[in-house]
Amino acid sequence: MSIKDRLSGNEAVANAMRQINPDVFAAFPITPSTEIPQYFAQFVADGKVDTEYVTVESEHSSMSTCIGAAAAGARAVTATSSAGLAFMYEVLYVAASSRLPITLACVNRTLTGPININNDHSDSMGARDSGWLQIYAENNQEAYDNYLQAMRISEHPSVRLPIMICQDGFITSHAVENILLESDEDVKKFVGEYHPEHALIGRDHPLAVGPYDSCPYCMEHKVQQAEAMKNAKKVILDVAADFERTFGRHYGFFEEYRMEDAEVALVLIGSTAGTAKACIEKLRAQGVKAGLVKVRVFRPFPMEEIAQALKNVKAVAVMDKSEGYSACGGPLFAEVRSACYDLDNPPKMIDVVYGLAGRDCAVEDVEKVYYHLLKIVETGDVGPRYIHFGQRSNQEEVL
Amino acid sequence: MSYIKAENINEQSPWQEMTPGGEIYEGGTSRLTKTGEWRSNRPVWDPAKCRQCLLCAPFCPDSSIPVKDCKRLDFDLDHCKGCGICQKVCPFAAITMEQEVHQ
Amino acid sequence: MAYNHKVELSKPERFAPGHRLCAGCGAGIVCRGITRALDEGDRAVICNATGCLEVSSFLYPYTAWEDSYIHSAFENASAVCGGVESAYKALKKKGKLEGECKFITIGGDGGTYDIGFQSLSGAMERGHDMVYFCYDNEAYMNTGIQRSSSTPRFANATTTPVGTQSLGKKQEKKDLTVIMAAHNIPYVAQTTFIGNFKDFHEKAHRAIYTPGPAFVNVMAPCPRGWQYPSELLPQICKMAVETCVWPLYEVVEGKWILSYEPKKKLPVEEFMRLQGRFKHCFKPGNEWTIEAAQDYVDRKWEALLDRCSRS
Repeated sequence: MSIKDRLSGNEAVANAMRQINPDVFAAFPITPSTEIPQYFAQFVADGKVDTEYVTVESEHSSMSTCIGAAAAGARAVTATSSAGLAFMYEVLYVAASSRLPITLACVNRTLTGPININNDHSDSMGARDSGWLQIYAENNQEAYDNYLQAMRISEHPSVRLPIMICQDGFITSHAVENILLESDEDVKKFVGEYHPEHALIGRDHPLAVGPYDSCPYCMEHKVQQAEAMKNAKKVILDVAADFERTFGRHYGFFEEYRMEDAEVALVLIGSTAGTAKACIEKLRAQGVKAGLVKVRVFRPFPMEEIAQALKNVKAVAVMDKSEGYSACGGPLFAEVRSACYDLDNPPKMIDVVYGLAGRDCAVEDVEKVYYHLLKIVETGDVGPRYIHFGQRSNQEEVL
Repeated sequence: MSYIKAENINEQSPWQEMTPGGEIYEGGTSRLTKTGEWRSNRPVWDPAKCRQCLLCAPFCPDSSIPVKDCKRLDFDLDHCKGCGICQKVCPFAAITMEQEVHQ
Repeated sequence: MAYNHKVELSKPERFAPGHRLCAGCGAGIVCRGITRALDEGDRAVICNATGCLEVSSFLYPYTAWEDSYIHSAFENASAVCGGVESAYKALKKKGKLEGECKFITIGGDGGTYDIGFQSLSGAMERGHDMVYFCYDNEAYMNTGIQRSSSTPRFANATTTPVGTQSLGKKQEKKDLTVIMAAHNIPYVAQTTFIGNFKDFHEKAHRAIYTPGPAFVNVMAPCPRGWQYPSELLPQICKMAVETCVWPLYEVVEGKWILSYEPKKKLPVEEFMRLQGRFKHCFKPGNEWTIEAAQDYVDRKWEALLDRCSRS
C-alpha cells in the first residue's frame, strides 16, 4: 500500500535510504545534497536505522569509505553534488574497476569554475565515463523510485557496478511535491539483502582487492567492466518490470511523451521534462506534433532504443544541460547523434545547450526550441547545429 | 566453493576466465613468483656455526628464512633476493654470501 | 606476556615471499613484523596506500598477503580502512558476522605524511578501531626518490638534487609522530628494526590490540633511495637510534614514554656517513650542514626528553 506524502527530492531519497537501512553511509555536506546526510543523521540519532554513519572529512574520503565498506561486504551509500563529485573523481573509477556496487545519490549542481550552487548536469556528466551506472529523475517521485531500484541493478552478479541516482539540484531536491511512498516493509522486501560471494571479512578465505594490474591483465579487466555495463541494460529493465509489478509505476531506459506521431522532438534529461510536457500540451492544442524523449538511463546508454524512438521524427533538438567544451556540442548530443547514425533516414538534429548554472528554462523557452525545429522541417535548413540558449547577447542568436 | 585460482591465471588467460575487478580469493599467491632468480649473491647457511639465535629471521624482507618450532631451516632460495642483511646481523658468522655463478 | 622472539618467529608467515620489493627493502621487514604481531588465529584486513609496497605485494594475480587486502588509491588508505571497519561494525550489529577482525593500514611516507595526511587525520579523529603503520623511507621511492615532507634536510633526492647551488633538501623533516600524538588518540609509537625486534613487535602488538585508533611510525630504510649497500640496513637503523635521529618512544593515552635512551648519544654524522644521499655534506666547506643537522636532532631530542619527563 502506497502512502501519499509531501516531500522534497532530498527528503524522498533520505527516506528511501532509511527504508533500505544500508550498512554504511559516508558523506560530506555540499549544497544542494547536504540535506540528505542531515536527514539521515537524524534517522541515526532517532534509532530509525542501524547504519554506521561515517562523518568523513571530505568527499574523497566518503567514496573511499564506501569502497572499503563495499569490499568488506556491506551495502554502502553516499550523497554528493558538484565539486564534491569532482573531488571523488579518482576513486569513482576505482569503485567501478573494483566492481563495487556503491549507491551514490547525486544532486546535480553545476561544476565549479566559477563557483555557483545552482543546477545543471556538468557534475555527473563529467563522471559519465567513470564506469558508473547513471539514472536520472524528473521529479521527487522518480528520484525515490530510482533509488529503490538502484541496488538491485548495481548488486546484480552480472553487473557489479556502482550506481549514481541523479536528480536536479534545488528544482527537484528542494521543491516539495506530492509523492507516493511505499511501506518500509514493502521496500525492504523489494530491495532485499546484499550477500556478495566474496568479501574482505566474514568469509572462509581471504580476498585481495585492487591489484597493480600489469599490461597483460589490465585490458581484460576493462573489457569485463565494459561487458558488465552492457549486461546492466537487461537488469535495469528486469528490475523496472518487477518494480512495476510491485508498486505499479512504469520505468524504462527513457520516457516517450507524445512520441507516437511526433514530427519534432526534444531529447533531454531531468526536471526540464516537466516543462517540456506542459509545452507539448500547449503546442498539440495548436496542432503541432511535438514530442519528448526524457532520458532516464544515461549509463549504460540505450543506443538502439533511442534510435528507434527517433526514427520517424523529422527534427530533433537535444537539450544539453551541461557544456562539453568540445566546440561541437554537449555530451547528450554526442550520444544521441551517434545513436541515430545507423538509421536509414535519421532526423535532422541540433544541440541546444541551456540552463547552465541554474539559468531558468520556462515553457515559453521550450516553445521557442520547438518552433525552431518546425522551421528546420519547413526549410530543410538545419543551420547551426550547436546552439547556446538563454544567455544574454548583443547580437542576434539562433534562439 | 569453486572460484578461479591464481595459479590458473596467466598472460594467455582470456578475459572470461579472469577474476572480476582483479580480485584474488586466496592468500600468499606471490609464492608462485620465484624471485630467487633476481639474486646475484647467495646466502649460505652453516648449521654447524648457527646457534639458532634467530636474529637473522625477522630482518629478512623476503620471508626466506623459514622458522619452525623455534629453529631456523635452510634458506628459501626460490625467493631469497640475496640482499645480504642476514649475513650482517648474524653474530656467529654462520651465514656467508657467495657469488651466484651461471652453470 | 614477555616477548619471546623465537616463539613469535615460529608462527606461520603472513607476508609471503615472491613479492617484488627490491632486495633489502625495509617495507618487507615492516609487513612481516606487523602481521607477526597479530595473535595467531586472529583475522585482519590490510589496507594499503599506493606506493612501492602496493605495486610489489599485490601484482595481479599474485598477492603476498595471507590476510584480506585492499588497495584503492594513494591518498585514501585511512578512509578505506575506516570503511572496512565501519562495515564490520554494521554487519556485527546486524548479526551478519561472527568472529573478531583487526584493521590495519600501511602506507609509505608519501601516502602518510603528504598526500594521505588528510585522510589519516580524519580517520584518526573519527576514532575508527584501526592502526595506521607508516613505513617511513623518507622520500617518494616508488616514483624514483623524490623528496617528501619526511625527507630530512640536506638529503639528495631527485627533486632536491645536489648541485652547484644546492645542498639537497632545504627544509627539515616533518615530525609526523608528534602530529599524530596531537590527535589525542589512544596509542602512538615510533620504532624501527633493532636487535631481536622486541621494540617493533611490542609496539605493533600494542597498537593492534589497543581499542580505537593507533599510529605507528616505522623507519624503514631504502637502499636505493638512501644510497647504501642493502646489507647495511641493520647498521643504519641502529645508528638512527643511537644518534637520536629516530628516537624510540610511545605515547600511551597521552603519556609520553621513552623506549630507549642511548648510553652515549652518537654524533649525527655516524648516521649520515653510511648513506650516499648525505655524501655532499662531508665535502670540505659543507661542514656546517652536519652541524645544522646535529642542531636539529639535538633540539628534537631535548623536546622529546622534556615531554617524557613531564608525562
